[in-house]
Amino acid sequence: MAVSGTSLALSGLDRRIRHAHHDTRLTAFLTRLNDAAKSKVLTLQEYFVLAGKSLRFIFSRPFYGQDVVQQMDEIGVKSLGIVLLTGLFTGMVLALQSSVQLKTFGASMYIGNLVSASMIRELGPVLAGLMVAGRVGSGIAAQLGSMRVTEQIDALNTLGTDPIKKLVTPRVLAALVMLPVLTIINDFVGIIGGNIIATLVVGLPSAQYWRTVWVQIANDGFALRYFPNDFIQGLTKPIVFGALIAVTACYFGLGTTGGTEGVGQSTTRTVVTSSILILIVDYFITQILLSVLTYG
Amino acid sequence: MADRVKAPGPDHDRRSTDVGPEADDRKSAAVRHAIRSELAVDAPADEAHAAKRSSEESVVELQHVSLAFDVPIIEDVSLVTRDGETVAIVGESGTGKSTILKLVLRLLVPDRGRVLIDGEDITPLTFEEALAVRQKMGMVFQGAALFDSMSVFENVAYPLREHTEMSDDEIEQRVREKLQFVDLDVDRVIEQFPAELSGGMRKRVGIARGMANNPRIMLYDEPTSGLDPLTTGTIVRLIMKLQRELGVTSLVVSHDIRAVFRMANKVALLHDRRISFLGTPEEMAGSEDQYIQDFLGGF
Repeated sequence: MAVSGTSLALSGLDRRIRHAHHDTRLTAFLTRLNDAAKSKVLTLQEYFVLAGKSLRFIFSRPFYGQDVVQQMDEIGVKSLGIVLLTGLFTGMVLALQSSVQLKTFGASMYIGNLVSASMIRELGPVLAGLMVAGRVGSGIAAQLGSMRVTEQIDALNTLGTDPIKKLVTPRVLAALVMLPVLTIINDFVGIIGGNIIATLVVGLPSAQYWRTVWVQIANDGFALRYFPNDFIQGLTKPIVFGALIAVTACYFGLGTTGGTEGVGQSTTRTVVTSSILILIVDYFITQILLSVLTYG
Repeated sequence: MADRVKAPGPDHDRRSTDVGPEADDRKSAAVRHAIRSELAVDAPADEAHAAKRSSEESVVELQHVSLAFDVPIIEDVSLVTRDGETVAIVGESGTGKSTILKLVLRLLVPDRGRVLIDGEDITPLTFEEALAVRQKMGMVFQGAALFDSMSVFENVAYPLREHTEMSDDEIEQRVREKLQFVDLDVDRVIEQFPAELSGGMRKRVGIARGMANNPRIMLYDEPTSGLDPLTTGTIVRLIMKLQRELGVTSLVVSHDIRAVFRMANKVALLHDRRISFLGTPEEMAGSEDQYIQDFLGGF
């Protein structure tokens, strides 16, 4: 009944459209709009189904522990180099830029506050996320994409293994764990970078620099008395980014079609989509956390 | 003409150049002759044996199966494979032959119709239940689809590790046995990775992995494509050996008509989304149907 009702309504709409002057063009436009909207919603639905399944499988047998460890190595340990470099130079340039700016107010001794707040709250998580999206996201998409086009995903299915459980869950879990770790390292190295510049270029004593770093963290307040608000912000983000990168990469990787060219496309899409999502999601997490946590 | 039949060319473009109505009679007669001599010369014992083995029990059955994505892929396809039988599905490229294998494996679900494995309808099964049904089947993929992050040993051991409680020793023994069955130099290949193997070797490892769990049903997707004539012969003999020695039921998708005629008990021709012919290789060779003659004459 419902179906015939809908089709009646649709045919009514159809008739009205036909009566319009630009009938064919309007119909074509509406059809296209309808199809586009449907496919977008479907894509979103598939994405969340994949995310939900991969998270649910963390808690269900069989566990592919070896795969998780291997992915932690791949995602975490092997990304250490770029994260160290990113963190160090970001911290250094932050200190350098802010020293110029703060000098005009005679506030050069507050470099530590600025570097620490920026690194822990924003730059640490976001830059680690972006670097991992580029390095690991592309790798995951390329690997799963190649497995798809060489029928290895079908082979897994055929051999009675759920590819999501075997391939997606270990990657998501590894990213969930490793991205916060990488972020902490990134923050720390960044603050050390700031220290180097503060000491060598600005001439601020190290002790003074570190004191301002701690003061900033304390000033930003504590949640539940013991957890610095900055740390909560700085660790919520990488957990979300980790899941986001891994799920996006797996989504595009598993959805690869069209041979080796398709693998290239999936890789590009993964890096672009996850990078943009990181920046957008970062804004909203900040917005939410700033309203939840009591600062100052 | 007969010479050309004896030496199959590469996969692509086996179409004869002498087309046209005046060439048809000459061609079909020659083709029929070539196929008969082929059947007479090549391993007649195997086929006789195979025919004897097959019983009446249906193992893989498709009932009026239709499937469409954006366009119809197959329509109203019915096919019965009985115990111990080798059934080949032939047809032009892109006619949905591989789709049928995916339906049997329940990687795809038909829009209409039913797929039965051992008399059980697998279409309404959930994803998890389907995983269990798939363990009755061994699948050999066109490009072998070996996991390239794993060694040959790990590849063949994969289904055993996933679904059995076998000890490491038992698994190693089983893997060696299967690799020997497919005529590979076990000690040489066992630690190698798929990328280090030739196409024919990869295919054989693929067969070994497919049969590791001792499945009763083997599915082959273009088992001889991309292989030289000698390796093709090896693979065909291997498929026949599997049927003969282990009594497995096989479903082979191929456009290599010469290989198919050697190993199949029955041939189904997929044309225009439907099965347009179903019969023994001899019946197919003897058919007067123009499309079948064109199809056979193509090699």
